[in-house]
Amino acid sequence: MTTDPGDGAAAPAPAPAAPVIQATDLDLTFHTNDGPVHALKGVSLDIEKGEFVSFIGPSGCGKTTFLRVMAALEEPTGGSITVNGMSPDEARRNRAYGYVFQAAGLYPWRTIEKNIKLPLEIMGFDRAEQERRVKNVLQLVDLEGFGKKYPWQLSGGMQQRASIARALAFDADILLMDEPFGALDEIVRDHLNEQLLKLWARTNKTIGFVTHSIPEAVYLSTKIVVMSPRPGRITDIIESDLPAERPLDIRDTPEFLAIAHRVRDGLRAGHAYDD
Amino acid sequence: MSDATQTAPRSGLSLGLRNVARGALPVAVVVGVLLALWLAAVGPMNFRLALDQATRGGADVIPATPQEQGETALIRLMLDNPGVLPAAYVFERPRLPRPQDVLIEMRDNTVGLARDCEWTGWGEGGENWSGLSNGCLRVINNRRSLIFHAWQTLAPTLLGFAIGTGLGILLAVGIVHNRTMDLSVMPWAIASQTIPILAIAPMVIVVLNAMGVQGLLPKSLISSYLSFFPVVVGMVKGLRSPNGMELDLMRTYSASGAQVFWKLRLPASLPYLFTSLKIGIAAALVGTIVAELPTGARFGLGARLLTGSYYGQTVQIWAALFTAAISAALLVWIIGAIERRVLTGMGLAR
Repeated sequence: MTTDPGDGAAAPAPAPAAPVIQATDLDLTFHTNDGPVHALKGVSLDIEKGEFVSFIGPSGCGKTTFLRVMAALEEPTGGSITVNGMSPDEARRNRAYGYVFQAAGLYPWRTIEKNIKLPLEIMGFDRAEQERRVKNVLQLVDLEGFGKKYPWQLSGGMQQRASIARALAFDADILLMDEPFGALDEIVRDHLNEQLLKLWARTNKTIGFVTHSIPEAVYLSTKIVVMSPRPGRITDIIESDLPAERPLDIRDTPEFLAIAHRVRDGLRAGHAYDD
Repeated sequence: MSDATQTAPRSGLSLGLRNVARGALPVAVVVGVLLALWLAAVGPMNFRLALDQATRGGADVIPATPQEQGETALIRLMLDNPGVLPAAYVFERPRLPRPQDVLIEMRDNTVGLARDCEWTGWGEGGENWSGLSNGCLRVINNRRSLIFHAWQTLAPTLLGFAIGTGLGILLAVGIVHNRTMDLSVMPWAIASQTIPILAIAPMVIVVLNAMGVQGLLPKSLISSYLSFFPVVVGMVKGLRSPNGMELDLMRTYSASGAQVFWKLRLPASLPYLFTSLKIGIAAALVGTIVAELPTGARFGLGARLLTGSYYGQTVQIWAALFTAAISAALLVWIIGAIERRVLTGMGLAR
């Protein structure tokens, strides 16, 4: 089984107390023709190992930008951020994280199997190891038997699962997900949320998850980061006290609704809805 | 892919035939209309010639003298001398031949060239490599054969296409990966296509001849000059077709530039490349024919066009044109067949 992330590729484990991701006073300003856009301003956050952290907020609040900074896809203009105690760039070269995008982004000329092998080929795993890992992650996302299919032969939900499998294939211990289920319908999304929680429990990965759905954020997370736009900043960090075991109907319990209420308050406080 | 070919037995074939039959009707209608227009044009086009002949033959025509005829509108002449019209359709050297004249010319200059054609068998007793008598081979090696001339044009076309495609792909890769090349090469590539090929062809031939280069290569270079351009344009577009997310994905793997090229840009560019290749090979054929025109080539479809126009042999010109068109269609079809195979193998064709 691949539930043990310890073999081979993973970065050296950080000292027990150190957070996996530590952002301090992060700034990021884009210079556009209409003047500077403050995508992130004074953002500070610690993410501990094994946490499931959701970033929620209206569009333009910098939640995706924050995730991209963690992945070294954007360069912050101020402040500091470490991933596994390294710079994001070093962390990326050490294969610290797998990234799941808004769209599945499977290469259409590769079968599901070959898509999952893509990072493995690039990182130079040998053939037998590639086969083994593909088999394992396909099992993990419940796609056994679909390895030989091309992406267009699969439904949107299955494609997104395949893209999660691809991010899991090289056993990074951080999984960064940017609205991965945003384009899917509610029923499929519920199902995938449930599966994602099981996967997280089995693999013990640290997950950063961008969403704009309050129920999704509350259902999945151990920590909910509420953000607001102009400039993009954190307005509230909510530690969830929901039990680790979460059936879908936990969403009707008072505890769940209380947290959801606090998230909504946080969103409202950060955003006046005056425009 | 293999599944599809295995599980598509007879039903698939008959379905295919039915599709062909369904597709054939519109094509037949269009061809029929074109032939009808052509036939209708033959009479008026050749009418003055026919009238001239009738005048000299002593027939009663209005107006009576060639000079007056020359000053009269064609429509007037046709209305006044309806009896001459049938003669306009039968000519040795018409201005516009009938379609069947062209077909007969094409037949005479292909299969019609065979003499004493028989199976002689290979080895002992055989007259040549083919096992057919030398009389059969006249179809392809006689100096009048359109197949012979078509091959004289196709060989440089294929070589030129290969050179042009190779050059086009290399330039496209350079343009996509190097900013300096992006800024410097593309304007030159575009400028190169604004110069009429007819102006350059004789210079290329003369310069290369002075350098001692003869044979296939000069024609091929001119044909590659036309065929590299669509390949550059299509390939640049294709290599740049991966979107931001597909490229970001590669960045999260810390992929090298070469890996991004081989695993993302190149496969993504193939559909664009094939479209360009279809344009490129047709352009290559045009390039070769044009290269034959101003350089006094003795063999090749361009040479046939040229001698046809020297001696007023319109039938020969039309036959060469049709042979060129058939060759081009065949080349494009071959590229299309390769495209279907490759893209189906890649899972891109549905």
